[in-house]
Amino acid sequence: MADLKRQIIEQLNLKDVKPEDIGDDQPLFVEGLGLDSIDALELIVLLQQEYKIKLANAEEGQSVFRSVRTMAQYITEHQPKTI
Amino acid sequence: MYIQAAAGISPQRSFEAILTQPQNYNGNRLSCQEPDYAQLIDPRMIRRMSRIIKMGVAAAKECLREAGWEVPDAIITGTAYGCLADTELFLAKMIENKEELLTPTAFIQSTHNTVGAQIALLLKCHNYNNTFVHRGFSFESALLDAITLIKEEEISTALVGGVDEITPVSHAILSRFGLYRKEHTDSAALLNTPGKGTMAGEGALFFALSASPSGNDCAKLDDIYTFYKPADRGAVKEQILSFLQRNRLAVKDIDLVITGENGDVAGDAVYTALKTGVWGNAPAISFKQLCGEYPTATGFALWLAVHILHTGKVPGLSPATKPRRVLIYNHYQHIHHSIYLLTAC
Amino acid sequence: MLIKPVFIAGAGVISAIGNNVQQHLHALESGTAGMGNMTYLGSAHKHRLPVAEVKMSNEELAGLTGLPAHISRTALLSSVAAKEALLQSGMDDIQPWRTGFISANTVGGMDKTENFFVDFLKDNRKGRLRNVVHHECGAATEITANHLGIKNYVSTISTACSSSANAIFFGARLIRQDILDVVVAGGADALTKFTLNGFNTLMILDQQYCQPFDENRRGLNLGEGAGYIVMVSEKVASSLKKAPVCTLSGYCNANDAYHQTASSPDGTGSFLAMKGAMKKSGLQPGDIDYINLHGTGTQNNDIAEGTAIKLLFKDRFPKMSSTKSFTGHTLGASGGIEAVFSVLSIQHGMVYPNLRFETQMKELPFAPETVFSKGQPIRHVLSNSFGFGGNCSSLIFSKM
Repeated sequence: MADLKRQIIEQLNLKDVKPEDIGDDQPLFVEGLGLDSIDALELIVLLQQEYKIKLANAEEGQSVFRSVRTMAQYITEHQPKTI
Repeated sequence: MYIQAAAGISPQRSFEAILTQPQNYNGNRLSCQEPDYAQLIDPRMIRRMSRIIKMGVAAAKECLREAGWEVPDAIITGTAYGCLADTELFLAKMIENKEELLTPTAFIQSTHNTVGAQIALLLKCHNYNNTFVHRGFSFESALLDAITLIKEEEISTALVGGVDEITPVSHAILSRFGLYRKEHTDSAALLNTPGKGTMAGEGALFFALSASPSGNDCAKLDDIYTFYKPADRGAVKEQILSFLQRNRLAVKDIDLVITGENGDVAGDAVYTALKTGVWGNAPAISFKQLCGEYPTATGFALWLAVHILHTGKVPGLSPATKPRRVLIYNHYQHIHHSIYLLTAC
Repeated sequence: MLIKPVFIAGAGVISAIGNNVQQHLHALESGTAGMGNMTYLGSAHKHRLPVAEVKMSNEELAGLTGLPAHISRTALLSSVAAKEALLQSGMDDIQPWRTGFISANTVGGMDKTENFFVDFLKDNRKGRLRNVVHHECGAATEITANHLGIKNYVSTISTACSSSANAIFFGARLIRQDILDVVVAGGADALTKFTLNGFNTLMILDQQYCQPFDENRRGLNLGEGAGYIVMVSEKVASSLKKAPVCTLSGYCNANDAYHQTASSPDGTGSFLAMKGAMKKSGLQPGDIDYINLHGTGTQNNDIAEGTAIKLLFKDRFPKMSSTKSFTGHTLGASGGIEAVFSVLSIQHGMVYPNLRFETQMKELPFAPETVFSKGQPIRHVLSNSFGFGGNCSSLIFSKM
């Protein structure tokens, strides 16, 4: 999850945020880290680029990007098997 | 039209610095003296902003602060090139990634009205918001928009700005068009060593325009006029004379002329002809050695004129009396010509 | 304060459904949409994303105008429609009048720049300069102004998708203040890979033909084109052989100030723009006979615009439709094209269908029109154009 936090910070250019500042279960949007709909689209590309996971539509992002933990779970469940 | 404040970001630190020690540049461009934006703009908003957006938003905020306004009735910007850095970034990614795996931020921020929109968002301002993108008329169009809105009594205050940036890509392309000097030049000597081409410039200058006097105004903008592609130098002269006539003025009524020479021999010929043919002995200064050449450079000229009228001090001259009436004449690429008339308050 | 109206003397349009006003009338009446597979735009998304292209190559457009084929498609489209508008106005000679050309576009000569950039990225000394010389938004405007012989005033506005609505009412103001006598105003935008990919990153492009204001809408289709109207002062109007069809009686620009791209849930900016335009024209909601919706077909726009209409019109809703179901979303041209449709609506008493509409949105107590009708008593038409940066504009056209 630490890797994922680093990737999120880099993708969204969250200059003043350190990975340890983001709690595993902290909400990423609005009241939590304060992300918005553009960030959700950026995260969709992050999943595609880093984990080869393609979300069907932007609405699906709402549940996937609830927190770093929900994102990590989604990645584990959906990552293409390389074996 | 009263100008309650004129502020911004340019290659010069401040008007006072121009009087005492103007910033000189050696090379082929004059770049903005930028403040620490983190002190000026909310970090949540700043993370997506490219340089021009930061410049524009910071300049607008400073202008509003100096005017003592919270929310203007209109926010109007002029920019010839728009948000170049974001445009270039998205374009490069699109080509490199063969139209796959692209992210939205650069595209969204590349829209020409981003600076005006971000100011509105920051101020939660639901009022009139417009952006003009017409080359050397971008800033003048924005001013005309504000002036006509004020005359129709639709608004009584307007925040008007001219914003353009140099990026490495735009500089490389415009150099290939022959706009800039090939050899390294000292900006202080740019106008005294005529050659082919000029030095690039950039800036973000904002103005607080008001319908009625506040008792604390920096200057009064009496008139502004633009003309497109005049046939020859004679036509330029004619336009300037008719501008003076419509303001019931003669050249002798002008205390100071500010003109847009940029060191390019071909372009400066018009100014030389006007010097002998129109201005005569009127005190005159030029401004592009201070800000460089760019399509909205008249924003810098207007800022300079406002400060001259406000303080009574003229860079490079020591007039016996404070100038009360200033005329600005500029042309961009022989195509876009503009004239401004201002008086002291 | 009530505004003095300006008169609409002519209109010109080119889009995916036709190359001139006559062809548009025919397509609007027969319900023929302009979307399809990409023919001219060489994008990697060719087989996935339908677009609404003008059915002419650059060479054909050049042939039509007499301009060179290598210039930006935006300038070519602009010249075709602006020329038609001026011809249609019956002004044989604009020289006696102080005439202005105020145009709008969103990405200037990007269709050429994106080709230039392929070579430039490899080596910054490479790339043909003629492909980037018209990059600036103002360049397309000047090509057309020169083509029409308009010199007194030229300007360009770019506020994303509301650009040409703003151009129209800036032009109207210049006439009312006696700065100009005649203004040709509107906008143009050609399809580019830049905008297609940009909207694709926002995940708001429909892979099928769009269904604006439908409960099951999936997004927008991009289109291209140009639309202009000729506005004249009272003095010019009285000198014309053909009486003007209608006036521009009201307009307003307001900002949503909510988000750079998303509209606020209750459409604050849209509400303020529509309300402001009505106030200026001295009309009540009940006076509006037809609304030409912004209606892009995205989840966000249609609910925001629909909610604003619900709040403003309360219980009596005028006929309305989104003609983007015909033309796709033509961005900087849309306000101009839809202004032309609004003028034609008054001229012929027409209401256009909102193509492919199936299911009413559950949040809204109204649905758009689904059939074409003609000979209706249309006196006042409201046209909406909303863009990025919360930029919301509404225009009202009124029968003489």
